[in-house]
Amino acid sequence: MKLTVNGTEHEVDVEADMPLLWVLREELGYAGVKYGCGVAQCGACTVHIDGEAQRSCQVAAADVWGPVTTIEGLGTPQALHAVQEAWIEHQVAQCGYCQSGQIMQAASLLSYTPDPTDQDIDDAMGGNLCRCGTYTRIRAAVKTAAAKLQEV
Amino acid sequence: MSRIGKIARRTFLVGSVAVAGGVAFGVWRYRTPYANPLKDDLPEGAAALTPYVKIDSDGVTLITPRADKGQGAYHVQAALIAEELDIELDQVSVDPGPPSAAYWNGALAEEAAEFMVPSDGMVRGMAEGVVTASMKFIGLQMTGGSTTVPDAYLKLRQAGASARETLKQAAAQDSGVDAGELRTEGGAVILPDGTAVPYTRLAATAAGLDPVQDAAIKDPADWRILGKPMQRLDIVAKSTGTQEYGIDMQVDGMVHATVLLNPHQGGALNGFDAAQAEGMRGVKAVVPITGGVGVVADNTWRAIQAARSVQADWAPSSMPATMDAHWQALSDSFTPEAQDSRKRDDGDVEAARNGAELVEAEYRAPYLAHAPLEPINAIVRIDDDGAEVWTGTQVPRFVQQNVAKIAGLDPEQVTVHVLMIGGSFGHRLEDEVVKQAAEIAVQMKGTPVKLTYSREEDMMHDFPRQIAMARLRGKVRDGRVDSLDLGIAMPSVMGSQMSRQGLSVPGPDSQIVAGAWEQPFAIPNQRVTGYRAPDLAPISSWRSVGASSNGFFYNAALDELIHAAGADPLEERLRLCDDPLARAVLEAVGDMANWSGPLGDGKGRGVALTRSFGVHTAEVVEVTNTDRGISIDNVWVAAEMGRVLDPVNFENLVQGGVIFGLGHAMNCEITYRDGIAEQDNYYSFEGMRQFQAPRIEVRGLENGDHVRGIGEPPVPPAAPALAGAIFAATGTRLREMPFNKVVDFA
Repeated sequence: MKLTVNGTEHEVDVEADMPLLWVLREELGYAGVKYGCGVAQCGACTVHIDGEAQRSCQVAAADVWGPVTTIEGLGTPQALHAVQEAWIEHQVAQCGYCQSGQIMQAASLLSYTPDPTDQDIDDAMGGNLCRCGTYTRIRAAVKTAAAKLQEV
Repeated sequence: MSRIGKIARRTFLVGSVAVAGGVAFGVWRYRTPYANPLKDDLPEGAAALTPYVKIDSDGVTLITPRADKGQGAYHVQAALIAEELDIELDQVSVDPGPPSAAYWNGALAEEAAEFMVPSDGMVRGMAEGVVTASMKFIGLQMTGGSTTVPDAYLKLRQAGASARETLKQAAAQDSGVDAGELRTEGGAVILPDGTAVPYTRLAATAAGLDPVQDAAIKDPADWRILGKPMQRLDIVAKSTGTQEYGIDMQVDGMVHATVLLNPHQGGALNGFDAAQAEGMRGVKAVVPITGGVGVVADNTWRAIQAARSVQADWAPSSMPATMDAHWQALSDSFTPEAQDSRKRDDGDVEAARNGAELVEAEYRAPYLAHAPLEPINAIVRIDDDGAEVWTGTQVPRFVQQNVAKIAGLDPEQVTVHVLMIGGSFGHRLEDEVVKQAAEIAVQMKGTPVKLTYSREEDMMHDFPRQIAMARLRGKVRDGRVDSLDLGIAMPSVMGSQMSRQGLSVPGPDSQIVAGAWEQPFAIPNQRVTGYRAPDLAPISSWRSVGASSNGFFYNAALDELIHAAGADPLEERLRLCDDPLARAVLEAVGDMANWSGPLGDGKGRGVALTRSFGVHTAEVVEVTNTDRGISIDNVWVAAEMGRVLDPVNFENLVQGGVIFGLGHAMNCEITYRDGIAEQDNYYSFEGMRQFQAPRIEVRGLENGDHVRGIGEPPVPPAAPALAGAIFAATGTRLREMPFNKVVDFA
């Protein structure tokens, strides 16, 4: 089957029900996408499909309905996305393991809601678990990212 | 060359030897300097100035032997060295280094003395020396107990200073300029004419010099890096998905494995049928291991799917069948026979009770999983003449020894690569995953085996936080707290944890009363007694260890007495406080929270202070009782740090510690039925989520002399401050965690 990831088309030979998460991580080498729970409880595996945040552990390979963007495709250390800039500015990460998913979720939120309220942030980010407890910084970074995106 | 590498260590050995004072293990043995592990494979022309700094023509590498599981340990260790070495953090690379006895953790030894030996008076003084000496002797390179900063604070700065001065000597020799006319800046020695000679060009000369032994370290007033906001070395990688964790590591030719372990914790494997699994796509092997089955495939998901299809016959667990029986075992332990310690016994609690109305209460704290977001994993390759391990671990020396044992090799034949850890909270003090990977790898020699746990296996087979129970009998008089008699019963965390490494822990386990007996409150009649319950579920260190339960017990008990006295929770704590550092912390948090200010309808504030890991941390929690349940609105934290080395990371760690403490107190527990953990993923062990997170304001005080770590101290006061706030808002007194057994949270 064919998958488009970060603008590159890939041909993969996997079971139809292999979760996109594992196709990305182990068949295609997008290791920025993280395995945390496998049951849509933590959000570490969040990617964009057709520009919308999705839990890649819950999307079967055969069901991927559009182009996939991973954290690697959002921005790079040399060309950061505004959300990543904000994450760095606020030094959000501790262990950092959940942050790929947090950033992808936040980027999706801001694409639909450019000027989110606290309530909007709580609603959108509630499915992304951070065991280190960086929530206060995540909230601040989302607001900073919103401001950055509106300046552009 | 052999003289190189002794410098920094000798300084510390001298200091430590004075404490040890010629006991037990033989002074000559632990005084023997360890070989410098970095010299083993140094290329020609490279100098290893100390075990913490390596310089060659490629650049300057700082060695950071304490594991990084998200607390920023690599960064702070590098910053300590770089400050003295006069090099910028973007000019160095950072390497956790090989496992080595040279990296023994002296601060942890001091902490360990607390639980490994009797700890009163002179006996304690001597015993601390024994433990320090013996830990040094076995070279316990361990990360834990918030000891990274206290252990490294002097050691790494002296290592950096010694390297700096030696490089100046090298430059003096090369240039003919007197060393006194040289200065250092930006990773170079600066000659009087302004010429900058990079350290890398001086490495060869420096290698032939006696290292400078008495290099002066800087006055903190002159710091360029430390004490100021700095960008963590790993922050860009962790914001772009480019940080490589253990679970991301790839080795040529590796296979992907997972395990199916006996769900009855600790039970054996009687037999298994893997016919179905072996026929599944990509499956390469299904092999027995201790207490379970290893499934090897060409992809982790395929291994997990196959493992779920293995039919196994499991032996039962040795732990009690029901939680009632676990609690009963604790309840039955409040006896003179089970008494483990009585480290505090002021006044006369028995006499004080006569005639007065007793305040009595019982408190409970459940088992808790560590549940870091990165499932545990390890890669092991075993050959006939050596083995290699890639994993995130806090105990690299144990890993090396255990893999050697399984592979039938000497520890020196096992190379351990320590990788970045996606959260630990104590989880990576255990190394079962490495042992299991080795058990699989030894059955397929030459092939690197990457073992990744499923979330379910990780949570169900965690060695959780201790279960604990406390009983209060206290009394008030004339509006004051007059007597507090607190008994605490729990199994020994240290005993359980060390037993898995084949080590026994003699004497009382002071973690049973840590966070309770040493609190800075001069209650006229005060007694804290530890009772050692029998081993139940196998348990392990969980962020703040004994204090994680005892900080709640002590503060909750104090709150009940203060309420009975009709006093204010903060005012009475301040009145009782007998330590100026703790008092300053309480006053600060009271100011930050505007404690005596007005509160709206349905709101309540609670306060708690715990001294743990040498840090006084006070927290005020403010809640609102809403129609959806308790909303945690604000938290204020003040902590006495001696010095805050990295203000931004400090704030982040404190905020995270508060959320960790609050989240578990709200809704987390591990319960066992027939030895099977009844929680296996985050839907049944949730913690706090974004929409529940309060605003958290943090202040670090710098009144004391000692530099301390902040990973653990914010955790213990969080739960009791929350309980106090809920009582103030609702009148409901919470005595058992998690609190959602009694109240709902918004």
